Amino acid sequence: MLDQNRVPILEGLEQMKRNRLVPFDVPGHKRGKGNPELTKFLGEACVSVDVNSMKPLDNLCHPVSVIKEAEELAADAFGAAHAFFMVGGTTSAVQAMVLSCLKRGDEIILPRNVHQSVIHALVLCGAVPVYINPQADSRLGIVLGMSVEDVKQTIAKHPNAKAILVNNPTYYGICSDIRQITKLAHEHGMKMLADEAHGTHFYFGADMPVSAMAAGADMAAVSMHKSGGSLTQSSLLLCGNRVNADYVRKIINLTQTTSGSYLLLSSLDISRRNLALRGEELFEKVKRFSDYARTEINAIGDYYAYSKELVNGDSVFDFDTTKLSINTLKLGLAGIEVYDLLRDEYAIQVEFGDLGNILAYISVGDKNKNIERLISALSDIRRIYKRENRDLLDSVYINPVVVMSPQDAFYADKESLPLTECAGRVSAEFVMCYPPGIPLLAPGELVTEELITYIQYAKVKGCTLTGPESMDVSRLNVLKGDN
Amino acid sequence: MDDLWFSEYDTPSVRFPIKVKRQLHSEKSDYQEISVYESEEFGRFLTLDGVMMLTEKDEFIYHEMITHPAMAVCPGIRRVLVIGAGDGGVVRELSAYRGIESIDVVEIDGRVIDVCREYLPQTACGFDDPRVKIHIQDGIRFIRHLENVYDLIIVDSTDPFGPGEVLFTKEFYGNCYQALTEQGILINQHESPFYEEDARAMQSAHHCISQVFPVSEVYQAHIPTYPSGHWLFGFASKGLHPVGDLKEEEWNRSGIRTRYYNTDLHRGAFCLPNYVKEMLADE
Repeated sequence: MLDQNRVPILEGLEQMKRNRLVPFDVPGHKRGKGNPELTKFLGEACVSVDVNSMKPLDNLCHPVSVIKEAEELAADAFGAAHAFFMVGGTTSAVQAMVLSCLKRGDEIILPRNVHQSVIHALVLCGAVPVYINPQADSRLGIVLGMSVEDVKQTIAKHPNAKAILVNNPTYYGICSDIRQITKLAHEHGMKMLADEAHGTHFYFGADMPVSAMAAGADMAAVSMHKSGGSLTQSSLLLCGNRVNADYVRKIINLTQTTSGSYLLLSSLDISRRNLALRGEELFEKVKRFSDYARTEINAIGDYYAYSKELVNGDSVFDFDTTKLSINTLKLGLAGIEVYDLLRDEYAIQVEFGDLGNILAYISVGDKNKNIERLISALSDIRRIYKRENRDLLDSVYINPVVVMSPQDAFYADKESLPLTECAGRVSAEFVMCYPPGIPLLAPGELVTEELITYIQYAKVKGCTLTGPESMDVSRLNVLKGDN
Repeated sequence: MDDLWFSEYDTPSVRFPIKVKRQLHSEKSDYQEISVYESEEFGRFLTLDGVMMLTEKDEFIYHEMITHPAMAVCPGIRRVLVIGAGDGGVVRELSAYRGIESIDVVEIDGRVIDVCREYLPQTACGFDDPRVKIHIQDGIRFIRHLENVYDLIIVDSTDPFGPGEVLFTKEFYGNCYQALTEQGILINQHESPFYEEDARAMQSAHHCISQVFPVSEVYQAHIPTYPSGHWLFGFASKGLHPVGDLKEEEWNRSGIRTRYYNTDLHRGAFCLPNYVKEMLADE
């Protein structure tokens, strides 16, 4: 184990300040002096370290000194062979994973409830998705994990697939049996990739679901800025020892900025130290908050804040108890409606609301009194807004019908049609419900009546739909002449 | 003699200093800093996080005004919940009413009660009433699961910038509504309309209560040691009007002894200055 007390990037920045280096390089605000309004808003301490790559501070595209050391410390802390600091969000880490393992025409096995960044990466590289229908819990209206049996069957049908991707965990906190799936992948010569956007704490907390690196996966995209506490847009890409990290670096550099922000990089470095030294204790606190809130919310009635009782040894192999996911359907309200009420009526912003659930993001930054407010607001919403459970859509998962690769469809000749006239056509666009940003429809997939109904329902309930050129999703680009 | 002064900052540029003879107690509890001082002019006084809570000399005004108006509107009150009020002053006032059957006190910080019992018997004597039951808990948590239980809830909170913050939220008032009976009344301390930050808290509290309760009125009192001296209270109910339903004769027959409150003043207290009316209307 390396000395996890070290913070090489922070130390480099502090040294730079002590040296009183005169800046005749970018950024042009020159430690904030050229932009007093920005300096007043963000603070001098912040803008004074918004600096450019230079020898003493290393270069994110080609790390040889402080960034290299910081990445080595991160790899050590996360039990990885190599770690890359990412400044384009976990989106960039996910894309780098996909682009590192797949090229045009290659198949990748994945559940449909992946983040949009995965399928966006398929548009870039031309690989073909093979979706495993995830199991669903129709009572909760959520998609679960992948069953090992389904993965086996899919591998048998697609023995030449190059990789398997798994969410560890899903947005709702549900984990598949990543150890077993990794074993299957490796037995069939496939790479194992994990989207751990919601799983940073698995590497540090006690009694957590297994992390991708511990399960033997080859690559993992880890959102340090979520449970890890670093700044928004900073992230980590972890590699196991079967991966050629130097090739991965070349892939990252295809799309990564050459002006990596030292605010983001130092936040990764500082957060890694914090997690390595105090992570276990911090996440105990988060678990306690979530467990307490779950008990109290379930005592209100009608709400269902679920936890480990969902675990079934397969499609819910494990559950991340730091997540506070709450089903609202028995209240007669869609999750998104509760989400909007919490913000508009009680000034409480939760992470997301979907058709049947809300997710309140609990972290070390929370205070008892705010947890109490959330619980009481839910209780008050029940008092005022509870109604007979009518016309709530229970469909949680629409089986995609993949007609061609996302890349082929994305670049094909297309025409714009009103959404209601698109049934039976092949989409050239994405439709995402945001958050959580999981695609309802991806390029190359058949548009069905069922899907159109779902999109219209989500719109009425107040979900934000994104993706198509038509900003209000009243129209859709579909492939020309395929009807 | 040492030149010792306690200063409370009403705003960053206005303070109210009181000459202090000595500090009787100081501690940091799990929630706040609790101090008791002795002064020439105001007797003993209690501060939480440096904010004046009560002085022996003028606490009667606050405690009478947060208690008696509701009792004079609804003499049939049987079950009372007091949230905050670790000093015991509200309970002392309630003790005078023989018709009250139970008084639940919910205080988040048990140390406040202990310290007051030791140093401020003038108010803490209220806790000796056998009808009083003390619950050391967060008020918002205590009330969440209760329905149709209390005839009167008095929220004697600290300012909305510390542990008392949750007691100024819409969700809390909604939970109170649920816990009240059909005749139920909610009284809360409503901050001051004078300084901007206090006034914003007052407006926001009034706005939240008005969204929850069909009757939501504001009344005032003059409390020398609170910022600006001009203090407001909220009277909210499911139907009873604070002036229209005042049972003047009945209350006066009860023979309760008060130094500040009387039923004439009750009517007057609901007459507000124009600038306060405008603030309340704005929200």
